[in-house]
Amino acid sequence: MRDPEKYLDELKAQGLTPEREARFREELATVPKGARSIGSGDRGGPFPGFSRSLYAWHDLAALQGEPPVKNPFVAQMKALDELLERDKLREQDGFPRKIRVGRLIKPVKGGKGKIVVVPSTEEEKLVHDPTVRPPGEGGSTGGSGKGEEGEVIGEQKVRETGEDAGSGPGHGEGEAHELDASAYELGRVLTEQFQLPNLKEKGKKRSFTHYIYDLTDRNRGSGQVLDKKATLRRIVETNIALGNLPDMTDLDPTRFLIAPKDKVYRVLSEEKDYEPQALVFFVRDYSGSMAGKVTELVATQHVMIYSWLLFQYAGQVESRFIVHDTEAKEVPDFHTYYNSRVAGGTEVASAYKLVNELVEKENLAADYNIYVFQGTDGDDWDTGGDKALPELAKILSYVSRMGVTIAEHSGTQWTEVARYLENSGLLRDKADLLRLDVMGEDAEEPRVIEGIKKLIS
Amino acid sequence: MELINQHTKAIMEGCKARARDAGLNFTDESLEYIVTNRDLIELSPKVMIPTLYDYWVHDVEVLRGKGEYELYPHNPYETVINTRPPISFYNDNNPDWLNVMIFYHVLGHIDFFQNNLYFRHTWEYDFTGQALSDKRVIAKLRAEKGRWVDYILEFARSLDNLVGYHEELSPLFAASGAYCSPRLNYYFDTFLQVEKKLPVGDYLKEVARYNEMLAQNPEDGEQVFFADVSIKYPEMEAHFAKSAGVKREERRDLLRFLGENSEFLARDENAWMKSVLEVVRKTSIFFQPQIRTKIMNEGWASYWHEKLFLVDDRIKGHEVDFARVHAGVTSMPRVGMNPYALGMRLISFLKETADAGKMTYEFQRLLDVEKRKAFDRKTGGGDEFIFRLRSNYCDYLFIKDFVDQDFTDRFDLFVTGKKLDPQRMVWQYYVKSRDAGEYRDMVLASLYHPPFIEVRKERGEEGGLYLVHHFEGKQLVQEYITNVMIGIEFLWGAPVQLETSEAVFEAPRREGGEAAEISWQRVLYTMKDKHLERQVL
Repeated sequence: MRDPEKYLDELKAQGLTPEREARFREELATVPKGARSIGSGDRGGPFPGFSRSLYAWHDLAALQGEPPVKNPFVAQMKALDELLERDKLREQDGFPRKIRVGRLIKPVKGGKGKIVVVPSTEEEKLVHDPTVRPPGEGGSTGGSGKGEEGEVIGEQKVRETGEDAGSGPGHGEGEAHELDASAYELGRVLTEQFQLPNLKEKGKKRSFTHYIYDLTDRNRGSGQVLDKKATLRRIVETNIALGNLPDMTDLDPTRFLIAPKDKVYRVLSEEKDYEPQALVFFVRDYSGSMAGKVTELVATQHVMIYSWLLFQYAGQVESRFIVHDTEAKEVPDFHTYYNSRVAGGTEVASAYKLVNELVEKENLAADYNIYVFQGTDGDDWDTGGDKALPELAKILSYVSRMGVTIAEHSGTQWTEVARYLENSGLLRDKADLLRLDVMGEDAEEPRVIEGIKKLIS
Repeated sequence: MELINQHTKAIMEGCKARARDAGLNFTDESLEYIVTNRDLIELSPKVMIPTLYDYWVHDVEVLRGKGEYELYPHNPYETVINTRPPISFYNDNNPDWLNVMIFYHVLGHIDFFQNNLYFRHTWEYDFTGQALSDKRVIAKLRAEKGRWVDYILEFARSLDNLVGYHEELSPLFAASGAYCSPRLNYYFDTFLQVEKKLPVGDYLKEVARYNEMLAQNPEDGEQVFFADVSIKYPEMEAHFAKSAGVKREERRDLLRFLGENSEFLARDENAWMKSVLEVVRKTSIFFQPQIRTKIMNEGWASYWHEKLFLVDDRIKGHEVDFARVHAGVTSMPRVGMNPYALGMRLISFLKETADAGKMTYEFQRLLDVEKRKAFDRKTGGGDEFIFRLRSNYCDYLFIKDFVDQDFTDRFDLFVTGKKLDPQRMVWQYYVKSRDAGEYRDMVLASLYHPPFIEVRKERGEEGGLYLVHHFEGKQLVQEYITNVMIGIEFLWGAPVQLETSEAVFEAPRREGGEAAEISWQRVLYTMKDKHLERQVL
């Protein structure tokens, strides 16, 4: 594994603006020592009680140790359909929709294509917003014990202070209490409810594995069509075995003994048709800068694409998952992909390179319709895309579509990745193959779906 | 849900007898239920009221982001609910000694519910009974009107924090001697002040004149006074007669205002919507005192479960178990707020203070720290004092009146701040202040406080409704405004305007590193035909 510190020094030697260097250092600082593997992160900071409200305390938990009751939505997918139906009616009645399914969907460990869906909503009221305060000011709460006024009693890295409690992706294990459903089902809901446009068929053959029926199987004794050559061969074998064929030069077929089992028939059977299939690479940046909402957005979008592809291609689409920081690695399933969390630098080129390697090594381009969906916050240590662009060009030589999603941190604009993609001219020249969608980290579900449309239309 | 067994019930009755001896005061009957996880799944969205009306949102995950406790003020996991008889909920595997502790805690809550005057309006009826009949009303309406009932429920619930809880409460406490005739009220409150716009001096002279006349003629002073008035202001009687026909207009309780004044709701075919509004409003008002007495209520219950448990003869041998659970509940966190811990400490502290005779002017006048520490008149009366507290205070007054430097020093309390260190990109938690005043302000700021939104019908144009949000240092959650106003527009049947304040962040200076300042501007939102417009005033 490459040492990011050294890598950063190399980059510095090549010339970095102090501002960029500071940002990279900060990102690097989020790497826990010796823990550069997939694992769950602790998001609470040193004092998880800091933002806990007075009113979050309740007797059942405090006195009787009752854990908070999980999502009351225990019904089945059918109930989700009803809810969505209700939502559709709302629109007809002239009120905005209220059910969201995209916010809390995530893959389940183990089961391939298993996913949890939590339909959610909000009850809006006119209430005070406790989060509006001058930037750099984090609010205040009570405390007790030792410490002089002004004394710092704990610290927490900035990028980790997500407001959400950890139900989102990228936080390691979640609690599996939500509604279990197959991703296939979710895909159906997405396709029907959100009217996603179907993927265009590319120039290649349709990436469907379907069955054909042919007289390919053989059966002895009975069947549909007698295979004369095979039958004769069996008869000869039988007769040699019986010693009924003493002289090979003098064959008399009329003296052959014929057992019923010697007759070989061809029978009609199901045959797989080996047409090329679709293969989707999901690529996600899991570097330190990705903590929080950005990861949630990217992962949510990828779950949606994944579910929808499963539906569209009747479960026949293959997926590969790649996460990267300054180095890329392939992970075995969506669950790991979704929950992986590490902190470190960012080099998008590493992921591109891995995709290219995999495609080349396994000769995937020949048999598959390849799609690549990449999610990032747009940060890249690779200034100007010097490394990424050549790899990208290589990818574009075989993919059917590559969709890049950039979820920008609020306050940033015109990120590194967006910049070099734009400058490279690839977006313009290969508009058919490469699509870019940039959204803010606060984007809501409809925007995410809009983004998917943009990537695949 | 099933009742606890007879063995456990006997323990409860034993607790009741001991709690009564200690001075707690509550009704004889109570119901204790064992709840399973499945029961809790059903109960928690219904704020533990088993008979609350059904609503589809109870079946989905409700996202609770910003302002969670402002949005959902009633804690869904209360162990005991304020009904007649009070109902409390238990795990089925609690050991006896733990049940003893929980029962004392529950009895503390019941005593609080039934004696604290902020709950006065809940004393005469059983809320589960009312909720059951409301539930039937809603079910019946749903059978007739279908999903429109749910829309009205949704719109009403979006306003259920804007109810006039205090207005509901105050008539219950009107002093009997303070009655004034409507004529007198009209003359002094409206006629002189609003219509004649009398200078303050003249107004006070008039009040004095009235009092004088009343003193001279105890029998018919008022008549004599008004005979005089009608000479001075011959039009007064006519104005008063006219005003008698005008109903007092609701200004703070938006839900009630809509029910009483909306022309849309007044139509025959929409009259049913008013019952839905009323159900939501009554439910909200029922829960209001609970959220406003969280620290006191939990503090009171914790104070008593500790005190009563330790002298209970039935639990010998479980002192250590108790200590562990009790400390878990009532220890002061290093950082953060715990209502059990804060409330319990403040009540114990006040009992000591009162016992030592410190609730006196003599002590308050004392400035010398050493003398204050040593002060002890041994007057007793601490119990009486905290019982008076329990009856008359809510969280706001409790914290405002009694958190002082002696208290915060005694328990080493401080305000924790969180600030950004931009050089190192870390949030730093630090001891912000040990000043009792700041600690008090911090606690007060964290208390539940719905926005003050006033109905100003007269400012609405062309039948529109004009709402004014009185700015109290915090802006409204902007994302919610649209949907709430769609609801109000629907219920009002005409455009709705909301005047409020919003933060403007001054552009942070790049180099200086100076923290950006917030300034506030007034904006006006207009909701017309489900379309929201924003205008800076």
